[in-house]
Amino acid sequence: MLRTASLALALFAFWLLLSGHYTVWLVISGLVISILLALAGRKLGFADEEGHPIDRLFSGLIYWPWLAREIVKSSISVTRIILDPKLPISPQLFHTKVSARTSIGVATYANSITLTPGTITVGVDREHDRFLVHALTKAGADDVEAGDMDRRVRRFEGRAE
Amino acid sequence: MIDLVREIAAGLFLFAGAFFLLAGAIGMNRMPDLFTRMHAASVGDTLGVSLMLIGMVFLAGFTLVTVKLVFLLAFLLFMGPVASHALAAAALQAGVKPLLASERTKKPSGKRKPSSVKGSGKP
Amino acid sequence: MIAAALLAVLVAMALVVVRALRGPTTFDRLLAANSIGNLAIVVLALFGFLTERPEFLDLGLTYALLNYVGIFAVLKFFRHGSLGAEAEADKP
Repeated sequence: MLRTASLALALFAFWLLLSGHYTVWLVISGLVISILLALAGRKLGFADEEGHPIDRLFSGLIYWPWLAREIVKSSISVTRIILDPKLPISPQLFHTKVSARTSIGVATYANSITLTPGTITVGVDREHDRFLVHALTKAGADDVEAGDMDRRVRRFEGRAE
Repeated sequence: MIDLVREIAAGLFLFAGAFFLLAGAIGMNRMPDLFTRMHAASVGDTLGVSLMLIGMVFLAGFTLVTVKLVFLLAFLLFMGPVASHALAAAALQAGVKPLLASERTKKPSGKRKPSSVKGSGKP
Repeated sequence: MIAAALLAVLVAMALVVVRALRGPTTFDRLLAANSIGNLAIVVLALFGFLTERPEFLDLGLTYALLNYVGIFAVLKFFRHGSLGAEAEADKP
């Protein structure tokens, strides 16, 4: 119920953001439509733990700044490779272990790997709990294998260990 | 005074964003195969676009425009990797062989002639 | 300042178009198309600031949404050979 309410609130904020006109009629119709959509979402299955993971917002506020720093660091190293006249790449394709268990954790980890330049998640294998990752350099591959991001994603999905 | 600081910050962010966008575009032309090109493209698509939009946030001040920019940035950061992953998975399934550096040679050349046994990037 | 940034983005866009024209496989062209879409969003936003008409941001938002829908549609077509019911079969 709380999740449906927060989904309705998010939809209403989106309505206000895109409308930009704040007359009584528009605001009230937006509110009604948001609530109806959130109620429909319970039936259609996007107002659940996977479709609207609002409870992960606070651990996200800890995780995302770290991710942003990683993105800047690896962007600079990839840029250095691009502008190097010798083009010192050593592409790797390898499997890496995933310790995240929830769908949100797995999706966040896969997206984080893809979001940092220099590594891309090519395949997700949830049966064996591993990703197929393509890395631009050996160093980038070693960074993923070291598992620092894996540990942080595990903390993000809320299983303290 | 505060306006001048804001303008300078916006200029710095826009300049850095333009640098990374150009680097990504150059990398897309220099890299030897599809997967390495995707790495180059992701430099421009994540950091370049983000820095540009952050620079515009500084230009806009605190208005509805800022909220829209932040929403646009969040949307790009959530959807970008999904598109990249779908592209890479589809390419691999369609039989595009990635160019790989073999483990034995310590210094891969990265030229058109790969030292890999898996073949070149062409399908 | 904004004009200079706009010029840089347009130059980057031209380079990506070169890759889209050269790219040997379909996926290279698709990657370039995705990048062009992202750059177009930046161009739209910058142009809005240049002419002081922030309505262009709404166009950018719409463009972002359409860009991803388009990319996924084309990818799905190349992966499954159709956009329709057949592709639903591999969902868990």
